[in-house]
Amino acid sequence: MAKKKMLSEKEKIMILEKEIKDRIPLSLYEELKDEVLKVDLTEDELKEVIKEVKKRYEFAIVEPGEAVGIVAAQSIGEPSTQMTMRTFHYAGVAELNVTLGLPRIIEIVDARKEPSTPMMTIYLEPEYAKDREKAKEIAKKLEMLTIGDIVERTEIDMIDSKVIFYLDKREMERREISVEDVVKKIKIKAEKEYDEDKIIVKAKEPSLRELRRVREKVLSTYIRGVKNIKRVVVRREGDEYVIYTEGSNLKDVLKMEGVDYTRTKTNDIHEIEKVFGIEAARNAIINEIIDTLEEQGLTVDIRHIMLVADMMTVDGEVKAIGRHGVSGEKASVLARAAFEITIDNLLKASVKGEVDELNGIIENVIVGKPIKLGTGMVELLMKKEYEQMRGA
Amino acid sequence: MRVFQRTIAGIKFGILSPEQIREMSVAKIVTPDTYDEDGYPIEGGLMDPKLGVVDPGLRCKTCGARAGECPGHFGRIELARPVIHVGYAKHIARILKIICRECSRIKLPQEKIDEFRKRIKNARKIGKDEEVIIDELYNQAKQVKVCPHCGAEQGEIKFEKPTTYLENGRKLTPSDVRERLEKITDEDAEALGFDVEVARPEYMVLTVLPVPPVTVRPSIILESGERSEDDLTHKLVDIIRINQRLQENIEAGAPQIIIEDLWELLQYHVTTYFNNEVAGIPPARHRSGRPLKTLAQRLKGKEGRFRGNLSGKRVNFSARTVISPDPNISINEVGVPIEVARELTVPVRVTPYNIDYLRKLVKNGAHKYPGANYVERPDGSKIRLDKAKSVEKALKELDVGYIVHRHLQDGDIVLFNRQPSLHRMSIMAHEVRVMPGKTFRLNLCVCPPYNADFDGDEMNLHAIQGEEARAEARMLMRVQDQILSPRFGGPIIGGIHDHISGAYLFTKKETKFRREEALQLLYIAKMYDEIKKLLKEKSEDGYYTGKQIFSLILPEDLNLRYKAKVCKKCETCLEEDCPYDAFVVIKNGKLIKGVMDEKSFGAFAGELLDRIVKDYGTDKAREFLDKITRLVIAFISKRGFTTGIDDEDLPEEAKQRINEILTKAEEEVQNVIEMYEQGLLEPLPGRTLEETLEMRIMQILSEARDKSGQIANEYLEKIEERGKLNGARIMAISGARGSLLNLTQMAACVGQQSVRGERIKRGYSGRTLPHFKKGDIGAKAKGFVKSSYKSGLSPTEFFFHAMGGREGLVDTAVRTSQSGYMQRRLINALQDLKVEYDNTVRDARYVIVAFKHGEDGADPARTDWGKTVNVKKVIEKVISKRG
Repeated sequence: MAKKKMLSEKEKIMILEKEIKDRIPLSLYEELKDEVLKVDLTEDELKEVIKEVKKRYEFAIVEPGEAVGIVAAQSIGEPSTQMTMRTFHYAGVAELNVTLGLPRIIEIVDARKEPSTPMMTIYLEPEYAKDREKAKEIAKKLEMLTIGDIVERTEIDMIDSKVIFYLDKREMERREISVEDVVKKIKIKAEKEYDEDKIIVKAKEPSLRELRRVREKVLSTYIRGVKNIKRVVVRREGDEYVIYTEGSNLKDVLKMEGVDYTRTKTNDIHEIEKVFGIEAARNAIINEIIDTLEEQGLTVDIRHIMLVADMMTVDGEVKAIGRHGVSGEKASVLARAAFEITIDNLLKASVKGEVDELNGIIENVIVGKPIKLGTGMVELLMKKEYEQMRGA
Repeated sequence: MRVFQRTIAGIKFGILSPEQIREMSVAKIVTPDTYDEDGYPIEGGLMDPKLGVVDPGLRCKTCGARAGECPGHFGRIELARPVIHVGYAKHIARILKIICRECSRIKLPQEKIDEFRKRIKNARKIGKDEEVIIDELYNQAKQVKVCPHCGAEQGEIKFEKPTTYLENGRKLTPSDVRERLEKITDEDAEALGFDVEVARPEYMVLTVLPVPPVTVRPSIILESGERSEDDLTHKLVDIIRINQRLQENIEAGAPQIIIEDLWELLQYHVTTYFNNEVAGIPPARHRSGRPLKTLAQRLKGKEGRFRGNLSGKRVNFSARTVISPDPNISINEVGVPIEVARELTVPVRVTPYNIDYLRKLVKNGAHKYPGANYVERPDGSKIRLDKAKSVEKALKELDVGYIVHRHLQDGDIVLFNRQPSLHRMSIMAHEVRVMPGKTFRLNLCVCPPYNADFDGDEMNLHAIQGEEARAEARMLMRVQDQILSPRFGGPIIGGIHDHISGAYLFTKKETKFRREEALQLLYIAKMYDEIKKLLKEKSEDGYYTGKQIFSLILPEDLNLRYKAKVCKKCETCLEEDCPYDAFVVIKNGKLIKGVMDEKSFGAFAGELLDRIVKDYGTDKAREFLDKITRLVIAFISKRGFTTGIDDEDLPEEAKQRINEILTKAEEEVQNVIEMYEQGLLEPLPGRTLEETLEMRIMQILSEARDKSGQIANEYLEKIEERGKLNGARIMAISGARGSLLNLTQMAACVGQQSVRGERIKRGYSGRTLPHFKKGDIGAKAKGFVKSSYKSGLSPTEFFFHAMGGREGLVDTAVRTSQSGYMQRRLINALQDLKVEYDNTVRDARYVIVAFKHGEDGADPARTDWGKTVNVKKVIEKVISKRG
């Protein structure tokens, strides 16, 4: 009757480790362990659970030959017809505009050099995260400020050959910056005058072109902040303050004091690749696609997205899905010709004397051979002797 | 019999050399004329009979085969002067820039050339792109001013599109170019990326032009008896004509300018012959003004040879017609009109066992339904069974080993497809049910995967011709095997619309049936076994509840608990004691509590269905869906279900309250605007004042709309409680069709119309419509629709509504094209990936892309919503066995 006894925690783990640990993925094992520890089980019951889990896991394994690539492409492509085209504001952060929906997915798959709306989510280290003032302090340091941001309008005075910058006092107050600070930053060698609400810069030579040049130069003068970070919003999330930014500069932001570099992220995949490497870029692709799909209320299995990300990153750099990336670098001439830029590919192949080995799918469709996916993968041959024996 | 099978192992590409062109040529084409006065092809003309045959009955003068068997043979045109091949023009320009004008060596020291050659060879060996290396060589050599080999000074080469080269401003003739290219050594050519075995640089300048066989450019005979030649023939005529004139002029010793002009004209014609869309020159046109379709145009693009004829092909044994619903057939079946069944055939080999049966079919012939259209002899020749005489002949002949192409019959497996074929469930295998009528019939549960409705949709059907294909279709492609979507591991086939509202009403607490009613229902639904089961059940004063009857189609050992769609998401869930009957409890196959709705067996969401497919298999799931369709449709047809404008009737009181809310919201908007004008509005961080104002207004108005909707719903609910059923509301809450938002818009308030996510702002200066004052930014003036659809929209509201609606339409149109292209790219990039026997995912190069699919090696279609194993369910199941 010992078998009827409920197992202790230790006994359970022992049985689990012995029976199943190496046979299933770690994540599944951990889940199984957690769930098993939550309930009372006898040894027989536990063994039955283990047996069933093993059985179900084995059932769930992909069969050899499965066209996983096509299924993944379809699983992402099919729901994309249902996505919106518009740029919505970010769920929760009404202050920032972020590209979402189909345009965002296309942008990720295209591996564009820069997202149309670069954005960062900056988490802070504990001593800064809980304190609103300290978080704001960091936010202030982050935001890139140019003189153009605090100038309301400009005036060009041709008679005295000078440019007048009228300052936006409200904006200056908000950004806590004084006229003196601003003037100090103007590096142009020219006569400068200023008072409460305007700065006057005199041009060296009295030409309209020179005046305009001065104006542009002054307006784009950098005052403070991190390059490319255009707008900063501090929000409370749970029990901490998080900074959202428009514009992205991962490298510089991570170096800042108080920034939790383990959690801070950006939506610029190439930047992640540059700073953290290809594996991080792969994860970024997966996360970005998942987030976009989820926001649209579409469920797509993560495995499909992983495969797309894997394909984009196998060769060690982020490559686009399309003629400039994955498809353009296929080994097969026919496959490339059948996709886009047909003529050029054929002509180039002829110069190089390329050989199409007919390993892929379309090549075989083109020449009329069975494709090597799924049931076409099986290569069973009858032995000659056996055939002869049968014939005799 | 020994069958020798040859398969293509690979295809090597190269450029034809002049010698090769001459060698494969069977005729030298010299005259631009095609036919003589009697209509016979002229020898030495473009229709030379040696080039092959297209007219039936004639034999090829070269190979002796008949039309259809003779593949055609190439001819040639000997060009009087060489011309540049446009496709290679750019490539030639690059080469000219990096080779010496005197000795044609690459303008780099020997060691460097050798090094580049080695690097290219290595790159090829490991399958890396050599283009980068060639680019490097190009960049190094193009700057060199003095040849390191012969010391000659180099000129500056300029390339003018499409086919002109200038050296120090002086034109290089194609002859000059060819001469230089000829002198390039094989070693140097290799360093330039050439495979000299198949492509010498000088082959890029043509001296002989191959003439494709007539089979490639067949002429068509118009109704008037006139011959109309192919575009390629036209172009070749032009080439020959100019070539002839050039030749004559050269022989006559004409002045250089005339020769050069003709030469250039020849170049133009040859250029457009290859590609008629070259930038920089006008395309050659047909007499009617239509640009000619020459070689490049034949290959390129969607309808080109590659995408139009090689990657995708037209097929026989297919049918297409309108679809319509039939709840009485299984999800696995498709209703096929008799007319279609008579046309599509299945090949059956005659054996001693089926010869009698097949003889009957042959006897019926092509016109009488279960018949046959052809009898095929072992040698492949066919007898068409459309006449009594041929039927007689076939009957006499029919023997073992013959093949009878019999009509499609009940039980045959066919493929069924609806475009756009976005995922694999767009083509599924169905069993044939031949029936009267002219449409394909399908069970409503399979609408979601095909994304089909019956507003005129058409679908395609393909009759399978081989045993192998038939077996695969039956094992892998049947509808019941596709219930679980590989996209998310849940059901994609399931109840829709009336199934859902029907089941909801059927399983509601109040629904009861007298014994006769219940039996009648089950009889209509053809659930004969269930009748016996029901009779064994206890009835309550002679009444059976809907839940009781519904339980009959559930597996007997099923245990399940979940929240239904109608759940109101109360703060604390009372579970079994839910006052709205929204918590479903199934115990030992009996529906104890809760109603059936979208969450039970709807496509994409059905939990009960999900559980049945995963735990009981696809056969049970198919049975479940078939039965539920028949039962519920029988019930709802008998009971009746409708919706109309009176479903949105609200009492005066409700209307007043809604109006109050909306008026108040409008006032509030005015207040905010006033605040803004007085400068009292605080901007949100990172936003301008105007943006903040807009956001505030949008928020106020959308809240007001939601609130008015709530009120409407409240009253509708109250009315329903008094016993009057409201079809629209039932559909919305059970998830059958529509949402509460739709109801709100019909009954209470349509709400803010938007274009590009903003309130409507375009129109006249300072206002959207002349009905408003300039600068008015109140709710009404910017597209807030206060009315409901039922009460009707005011003219201005109607216009704003149309603006919003139009944006939606444009959006959909743009989206379909964009997402279609994205999917094409995704498929193209990923199509070669497959799982190998070692469970790795590899591409066509055999490179490992993933060691395990999805990091755990699972097939998403076999997971439980993404989970490889639902551990909780397993433990629950084991524990429940304790009893």
